[in-house]
Amino acid sequence: MSVAVCPACVALPDAEDRYDAASVPTHHLVLPTIHCAACIRTVENTLAALPDIRSARVNLTQKRVAIASEKGADPSPWIEALANVGFEAHEIDDLGAPTGDDYILHLGVAGFAMMNVMLLSVAVWSGAEGVTREFLHWISAAIALPAAGFCAQPFFRSAWPALRAGRLNMDVPISLAIILACGMSLYEVVQGGQHAWFDAALSLTFFLLAGRVLDQRLRRAARSAADNLSALEPSRVHCLEAGVRISRSIADVAVGDTLWIAAGGRVPVDCALIEGSVSVDRSAITGESDPIVCTASQPLYAGDILLDGPHTLRATRVGEDTTLRRIAQLVATAEAARGTFRSLADQAAAVYTPAVHIISAAAFLGWLIATGDVRMALNVAIATLIITCPCALGLAVPAVSVAATSRLYRDGLLVKSDTALERLAKIDTVVFDKTGTLTERRLMVPEDMPRAHREVLRALAEASEHPLCRSLAKTMKSVAPSGLDHISESTGDGVGALWQGTPVRLGRDESAQNATVFTVGSDAYTLTSQEEMLPGAAQAVADLKARSLSIWMVTGDSAENAQRIADQLGITQVRANLRPEEKITQVETLQGEGASVLMVGDGLNDTAALAAADASIAPSSALDASRNAADINIVSGDLTKITTALRISRTARSHMLENFAAAGIYNAIAVPIAVAGFATPLAAAIAMSASSITVVLNSQRGLRG
Amino acid sequence: MNILLVLVPASLILGGLALAAFIWTLRHSQYEDLQGDAHRLFIEDEEDGI
Repeated sequence: MSVAVCPACVALPDAEDRYDAASVPTHHLVLPTIHCAACIRTVENTLAALPDIRSARVNLTQKRVAIASEKGADPSPWIEALANVGFEAHEIDDLGAPTGDDYILHLGVAGFAMMNVMLLSVAVWSGAEGVTREFLHWISAAIALPAAGFCAQPFFRSAWPALRAGRLNMDVPISLAIILACGMSLYEVVQGGQHAWFDAALSLTFFLLAGRVLDQRLRRAARSAADNLSALEPSRVHCLEAGVRISRSIADVAVGDTLWIAAGGRVPVDCALIEGSVSVDRSAITGESDPIVCTASQPLYAGDILLDGPHTLRATRVGEDTTLRRIAQLVATAEAARGTFRSLADQAAAVYTPAVHIISAAAFLGWLIATGDVRMALNVAIATLIITCPCALGLAVPAVSVAATSRLYRDGLLVKSDTALERLAKIDTVVFDKTGTLTERRLMVPEDMPRAHREVLRALAEASEHPLCRSLAKTMKSVAPSGLDHISESTGDGVGALWQGTPVRLGRDESAQNATVFTVGSDAYTLTSQEEMLPGAAQAVADLKARSLSIWMVTGDSAENAQRIADQLGITQVRANLRPEEKITQVETLQGEGASVLMVGDGLNDTAALAAADASIAPSSALDASRNAADINIVSGDLTKITTALRISRTARSHMLENFAAAGIYNAIAVPIAVAGFATPLAAAIAMSASSITVVLNSQRGLRG
Repeated sequence: MNILLVLVPASLILGGLALAAFIWTLRHSQYEDLQGDAHRLFIEDEEDGI
C-alpha cells in the first residue's frame, strides 16, 4: 500500500504491484487456439510443470500466456510442451504494459462528472428559472471544477511545455477551451447568468480523453531492435598470450590479438584464421545455414559460429568496426529516421490548431467592436472554441486504429506501431527476403528409410543443437524417437550414440563434400539439404502481383538459388549475394525512386532493411531483433496474411480520412452558428456528442467480424 | 422544488459510490482479462470439494 499526496496517484497500481516479485513476466507466448476454461487449465498446468518456469498466467481475452522465468531463457521447450497437449504457441515480444500514463482513471472520473452535470444541465435547459437554476448551476460548478482540474491534466501537461517553447500543438486550444469555459461559467454563475458551459467542458474532456486512452493502448513501449542485436555478442572470449589462454572481456580485445575459440563457439569480433581451414555457420549474417569453409584468406565475421574447432584466430576489426556493430548502427539510424513520419493526425492538427485560434480571436474582437460588451464577446469566443468540435478530431484516428488493430489481431497479425497502418496503406513495392521468409532449408529424409531407422534419426536429431538438426527434428515430429545410449556430440564429427548396441551417427562426411550422412551400423543414408517453399508463399506473391504491386526478392544466398526460387514464384526482380548493408541500400534506392517499400524478412541480415523500409512485416519465428524492427508480426508465419493486412490498412486509412471529413462538415455548420452568437450549451452538447458518435460508428465499418 | 435539496445530493452520493467502486476495480486489475475471469469459474480444483 503506497501513500501519496494525491489520492488518484495511489489508485493506479504500478505493474509490479499486480504481481509479486517472483512472478514478473519475462516471456509471452501467443496461443491463437485457446477458447475455454479447459484450455486455461491445461495450459497453466502444463507450463507450471516445466522446471524452469516459475509461474504462468493465461489471458483469454488477449489469447496469450505470461510466463515468469529466467530472463533470456529459451522458450522452445515450452512451445513444444504446449504442442504436445494440442496448443499452437508462438513467441512474441511483450508489447509493454501500459505505463503510468494510463488515463482510464481520468476517463472514469470525467465520465462520472460529465453525466451528473449533464443531468443537472438538462433540468436547466428544460426551463428551470430563478433560484432553482442558480442552485443547479452551483452544484454543477462544484462537481465540474475539481473534475475538470483533475481530468484535463493530460492536456495541460502537454500544452504547457509547447507554449513555453513558443509552439502550438493540438492540446493548446483544448486546454484553452476547458479553462476558459470553466472560468467563464463560474463568472456567469456568480453573476446569476443564464448559460453555464460546465457540461460542454466536461464532455470535451471526456471524449478527448477517450481518444487519448485508445491511442495509449496502441502506443506501447517499443523495444529497440538495435539493443536486441547486442544479445548476439558473447561477452567474454579466450585470448592467447604467449601461449597461455586468458579469458578477457570483448571490450578489451584489440586488433591483432590472438583469440582461441572452441567448436560451437560464436566469433566475437571480425577475425582471420591463422592457419588451416574451418567450417563456419554464417546464418546470422547471410540467413543461410549451409556451412561455409573458410581458409586463412577469407575473413570471419562477428556472429559466425564455428562448426569445428578449436581454432586460433587473429582479430582484424574490433569494437564499433565489427560487422555486427555496424549492422546495429544501421538499424539504430533507420529507427530514428522512421520517427519523422507525419501521420494523418499530425497533419490535421497542424491545420486545425491555428485555424481555431484565429477564428475565436476574430469572433471575440468582432463582437467587442460591434457591441462593446466584453462579457458577450467572451461568451461568443468561448462558444466558438468549444464548438469547433475537437472531439471528432481527437477520436478520428484512434477509433479507427483500435478497430483495425483488433481485427488484424483476430486474423493473426500483431501490429506494433500506431502509425503502421497508415504507412502500410500507401505502399506500392514489396521486397521479400528469401530464406526463412519465402523458403525454408530442410534436410530431406530418404523415402526408403525403414521406420526403425527413422526413429533413431529422430532421436539423434533431437540430441543436437545444430540448426539443421533442429529443423529435421521438427519435420520428423510424427515419428517417435527411440531410446539411445551414450549420446555424444562433437562438432565436426556430428552426433553419435549407441542404439541397441549398434553405433549410430548423424554428421558431416568430409569425404562426400560435407554432405550430411546418417549411419546405423553399416547402413548409410545421405540426407540432402533442400530448399522448400513455405506454404502460402506462392499464393501471397500471386495475390500481391494481382494488386499491381512491384515485387522484389533480395537475399544473401547465391544467384542460382535465388533465381530458381524466383522463377518458381514468378518474381522477376531479384538481387542476390547481398550483405546486410546492401539490403538496406537496395531499399533506400527504391525509396529514392519514389517507391513506398514494404519489407518482409526474418533474419539478422534483414533487420536494418526492416527498420528502413516504409512499412515492414516479419513472421513471429523471426530473430528477436527483426521481430522488434518490424511494424507487424505474422503470428503463424503464413504469408497470405500480408494481403489481409494490406486490405485492412487501406480500409482503415480511408475511414480516417472520412472521419476527418465528417469533423470538417460539423465544423463548417457549427462555426458560423457560434460566431453569429447563436450557440448555446445545449447546441454545443448536441454537436459534440453527435460528431463523436458519427466518428466512432464510421470507424467500425468494414472492420468488424 | 425543495425536494431537489434532498434529491441532488442523494444522487451525487450514489454516483460517488459508483465512482469509488470503479476505482477499486481499477486498482485490483479487474479489467485485465474479462473473458478469462469469466471462464475460470468453471475450472475445478480437486482440493475445493465444493
